[in-house]
Amino acid sequence: MSNVDFKVLIPIVLYFIFMYFIGIYAAKLLNKVKHKAQGDGSAYMDEYMTGGRDTGGFVLAMTLVATYLSAGSFIGGPGSAYTHGLAWVFLAMAQMPTGYYTLAVLGKKFAIVSRKINANSVTDFLRARYQSKAVVIIASVSIVFFLIAAMSAQWIGAARLLQGSTGLDYTVALAFFGITVVVHTAIGGYRGVVLNDTMQGIVMTISTFALFIAVVVKGGGIANLVQTMRAINPGMITPFGIKEGFMTTPWVTSFWILVGFATIGLPSIAQRAMSYKDSQSLNSGIKVGTLVSIVLLLGMHLVGAFGSTIISVESGDLVVPTLAVTLFSPVIAGIILSGPLASVMSTVDSQLLVVVGAIVNDLYVNYINPEFGKNPSKVQKLTIGAAVLIGVITFIAAYNPPELMVWLNLFATAGQLSTFLWPTMLGLYWKKANKEGAIASMLVGIGSYVIFNYFLPRPLLMHPIVSSLLLSLVVFVIVSKMTKEPSKEIIQTFWGI
Amino acid sequence: MNKTILEKNVSTFKEDPRYKQCNKEALYGVILGIANMIWWYVLGYGLGSKPVEEYTYILGFPSWFFYSCILGAVVFIALTFIIVDKGFKNMPLDRMTEEEAEVYERQHNKEGA
Repeated sequence: MSNVDFKVLIPIVLYFIFMYFIGIYAAKLLNKVKHKAQGDGSAYMDEYMTGGRDTGGFVLAMTLVATYLSAGSFIGGPGSAYTHGLAWVFLAMAQMPTGYYTLAVLGKKFAIVSRKINANSVTDFLRARYQSKAVVIIASVSIVFFLIAAMSAQWIGAARLLQGSTGLDYTVALAFFGITVVVHTAIGGYRGVVLNDTMQGIVMTISTFALFIAVVVKGGGIANLVQTMRAINPGMITPFGIKEGFMTTPWVTSFWILVGFATIGLPSIAQRAMSYKDSQSLNSGIKVGTLVSIVLLLGMHLVGAFGSTIISVESGDLVVPTLAVTLFSPVIAGIILSGPLASVMSTVDSQLLVVVGAIVNDLYVNYINPEFGKNPSKVQKLTIGAAVLIGVITFIAAYNPPELMVWLNLFATAGQLSTFLWPTMLGLYWKKANKEGAIASMLVGIGSYVIFNYFLPRPLLMHPIVSSLLLSLVVFVIVSKMTKEPSKEIIQTFWGI
Repeated sequence: MNKTILEKNVSTFKEDPRYKQCNKEALYGVILGIANMIWWYVLGYGLGSKPVEEYTYILGFPSWFFYSCILGAVVFIALTFIIVDKGFKNMPLDRMTEEEAEVYERQHNKEGA
């Protein structure tokens, strides 16, 4: 602890304090709803989980981008680009559709349906669509399990970053970060989270531009940087990377599924597609979201790739913090590092909210104690309690960190995709999708992914997510066709007027 | 065949008139995504697969990377803006009554004609 760099730490601490204020502001809005609602916990839950469906276009874009871009995009991704060169930037660009794809495909239909059935979360949607306890329980358990894994990977990234740049002890850094996230999410709910996300999105943008410009200037221009990379290893400037047989064409291309098209299946992302105010917000959200996400992804990954010519670090995860500290004076470095920290925080706060929703809204209020949902004060206490509890569990999971967090993160992502992608998509667009199909598809999706991951790392030469999503789609369709169609009431609710 | 059976079964059923447009927009998203992937793949691997000695450079970047990732980003940001402006329509998102649905349908059909 003796070599803590306060000049870097202070701007970060100030930034974190600001987060608390946003949380408190959002909590005030929540309390208004609580008092207005008078004895109805569902209005509170509505406000807590979707901010009263009041998100405008710019905020929608920023919260989507900030939620989607995580430690993977700001720490792990640039770290891999540092190691593998432009090939990894190329791979990362499989995320180009992030901004438009989810919002366009779930689209206004998802927003209309979720208003019809008053859904606050993807699980609410699945419950109404399939009317099956098993579907809801598999969905909720999957959320709790995979999102805690995802969050702990993110927390590790943030703590590493704080540790690497400020000299704080890992445990202190982890606690400092974790408490900030838990507090602002627990008290502020969805509105607190989106407000924070918006600010974090702005900080991430500034930070990306600053780092990119500094790296290019320091490296003597792009042409010079690219030629230096080529001199280090010609593989650094090809789409195949430096290691023979690692970044193969089918494997890299399959990332279009994993981090591109299938991201519709991430509950924290899909939740954003049910919270916006009106169709104008969606339309401008798509535009702004696409612009910001592409610029940030391209910028940060290029920073990592170019960084290979400027600094030398032992682990890829340290590229971004090391560059910031090397290229900028300490105080500025602290401000710039708030960017990646913001990217992590804006992801985990949304995930934490989804997990809290799964426990309180999807499991407890629906199945264990329905009477409970009528009292807003009790619901509030339970949501805050759940947030704190999950925070503690995540802290413990993150305490003993594995080497490269990018993989842990991808495992957790794939687990969520296997559970949610088809039940959400087919539930929305295919009238015959039924509960038997959904259950079979979820089980086959998760099961096959885990099996592939251990025994067949690259089925069909691709990332295992492709095969497990294909399998679970086929199973969904076959089982749905073989079993009874959904009831007329469900069809009427979802497709009728 | 299956479709006709389903339609018969729910003959009294009237679909939310907004969904037609919603489905169209979703399809635009899918088409844009697939086009984006093809662009990325063809230019990236098409130009990047030759030996490094034969690479050409644009603004300092190897041409495969420039066309696939940088120009690709610009093109697909632009396409997103164009498609949203031209192809995406504004509509109410709240539950509609029968009357509201009819009004919406009439307006929409007029626009289409």
